[in-house]
Amino acid sequence: MNWRFIVPLFLTLLLCAFLMIPVGLSVTAGLTVNFFQGVESGLTLRWVAEVWRLYEGTIYLSLLIAVSCLGVTLVLGVPMAYVLAKRRSRLTRLLEELLVMPVAVPGLAIALALLITFGGFREFRMSWAFILVGHVLFTLPFMVRAVLAVLSSIDLKGLEEGARSLGAGFFRRFFQVVLPNCKSGIVAGSLMVVTLSVGEFNLTWMLHTPLTKTLPVGLADSYASMRLEIGSAYTLVFFLMLVPLLVALQWLGGPTSPRRRSSIDPNRRRRP
Amino acid sequence: MTGPGLDIRLVACAKTFTDGTRALEPLDLDIAAGETVVFLGPSGCGKTTTLRIIAGLERPDPGGRVVFAGRDVTPLPVEKRDIGMVFQSYALFPNMDVAGNVGYGLKVRRIPAVDRRRRVAEMLEMMHITELAARSVDQLSGGQKQRVALARALAVRPRVLLLDEPLTALDAKLREELRIEIDRLLRNLGITAVYVTHDQAEAMALGDRIVVMERGRVAQVGTPREVYLSPANPFVARFIGTLNVVSGEAADGHLHLPGGRLALNGAGSIPASGRLSVAFRPEAVAVIPLINPGDQPHPDGGLIGTVTAAFFLGDHIRLVIDGAGESAIVALAPNHHRFTPGDRVHLAVDGGAMPFAEG
Repeated sequence: MNWRFIVPLFLTLLLCAFLMIPVGLSVTAGLTVNFFQGVESGLTLRWVAEVWRLYEGTIYLSLLIAVSCLGVTLVLGVPMAYVLAKRRSRLTRLLEELLVMPVAVPGLAIALALLITFGGFREFRMSWAFILVGHVLFTLPFMVRAVLAVLSSIDLKGLEEGARSLGAGFFRRFFQVVLPNCKSGIVAGSLMVVTLSVGEFNLTWMLHTPLTKTLPVGLADSYASMRLEIGSAYTLVFFLMLVPLLVALQWLGGPTSPRRRSSIDPNRRRRP
Repeated sequence: MTGPGLDIRLVACAKTFTDGTRALEPLDLDIAAGETVVFLGPSGCGKTTTLRIIAGLERPDPGGRVVFAGRDVTPLPVEKRDIGMVFQSYALFPNMDVAGNVGYGLKVRRIPAVDRRRRVAEMLEMMHITELAARSVDQLSGGQKQRVALARALAVRPRVLLLDEPLTALDAKLREELRIEIDRLLRNLGITAVYVTHDQAEAMALGDRIVVMERGRVAQVGTPREVYLSPANPFVARFIGTLNVVSGEAADGHLHLPGGRLALNGAGSIPASGRLSVAFRPEAVAVIPLINPGDQPHPDGGLIGTVTAAFFLGDHIRLVIDGAGESAIVALAPNHHRFTPGDRVHLAVDGGAMPFAEG
């Protein structure tokens, strides 16, 4: 080994340490009897149990919203991606750009707009469905983009014409040919949507009521008003929920992702 | 196996795309039941558009009609036309295995699983791909994919089979092999087939009739023999096979060229004098090697030229000869001759084989 190897290795490890040490400390804090006395005071699961007692509801609500959000984005986003993939016009390009707006506009601004528009509908404003609307707005582009990317890489027109020539009507070919062939995009989009929804804070903080607190909102709440150990234990719970999703996302998007399916080199395809 | 094909009639089928380009001028064509018709032409000639109109993937402009066995199917979409279709891009479903692909049309038609399995096995056997049944389509070679596509299209016993450049994406050897296979299938099944290609050898081998197209128009409809031996116009003659065109002054029944003169005994319509072009196929030229430097062209008509390139192609030798006409002449010679560039040769052109003469 020479310095060309050792120096980059050292820098990488330093950077990792810079990122990992705070995380490690926070996790440790959540498991320590008294953080100010240090680990010598002993390790405990008491704070985790306390978090569960205090914030169990926020965890369930976060999961409920994430799953509902996934359902809505699937029902809206997949057909939307299909239409965008099939009809390439100025209008659909504009629609695609508009769809990405909620990602660019600060969450707080979107939340404010939602409050101004729907604040008057008391029942709706007080229910978790209000938060769901915000999450759908925010996560929909990720679903559409993920599915659209796969639909654009496969020979969608050819596959559909093949199915049509065999007698398959619209719904049959949509469910039996189009959907199964963009499965990888749907899975990637779904993981993205769930991850984003579970972790979303900006919008949710503005939209929530004391009765509709999600996990990240509860996290902010605990940081502000609870002792440090509880906040840290809460972070630990949050990690345990998100890390598997992130790993799955990384695995799908990595080099082992399903290879692009194109039955023919596009350069060789001939126009009539 | 498959019931006899049905006859297809195209009436005034034209196609103008939304951007205003005219892909197809009004076309009338009758295709007999069981016949194989090949649409042949360069890219953009309208052949694929015609096929897609027959399939129902495109609607002809108002006024155009597609009639299957006396029934007007113009308003029917492709899924209601009971056709089989084979695409250049194969269009196999990657989410299904080979058997799933072949059986898909049967599934759509709600054929019971038992019958479906039997029919799929039958089709796989017919295409000699029984051992591939459980394979994923991503694992197949191009030739295997097209066999699966053919089996899939034929499994539903269509009465019309439409093939859109099915062999274009394959390499030469596979192309030949699959072409023979397709020919055998079409003959045995008695199905009406419409085949689109830009490859004239494919068209000649498969077509009962060939429809040569040029820029949205039909240039000629005829049997391979007719299209090759009596092309309707210079475009058809040039597109199908190689064509030599020589120009010179016509006088006293001969065309005078740099390397000698050609007897003009081909057709009565050729003017006796003036500037004239004459065309002939490479195989209409008889090539004789010359040994003596002083040899003269044959008094009844003949040209002397110099070989610039000789390609030994196995069954014959293809020669490119300079100096006989104003431009190079391509000729075929039997494979027992030996030619090297620089050899002087005598060319005799069979006047009866001249397909046309333009003034």
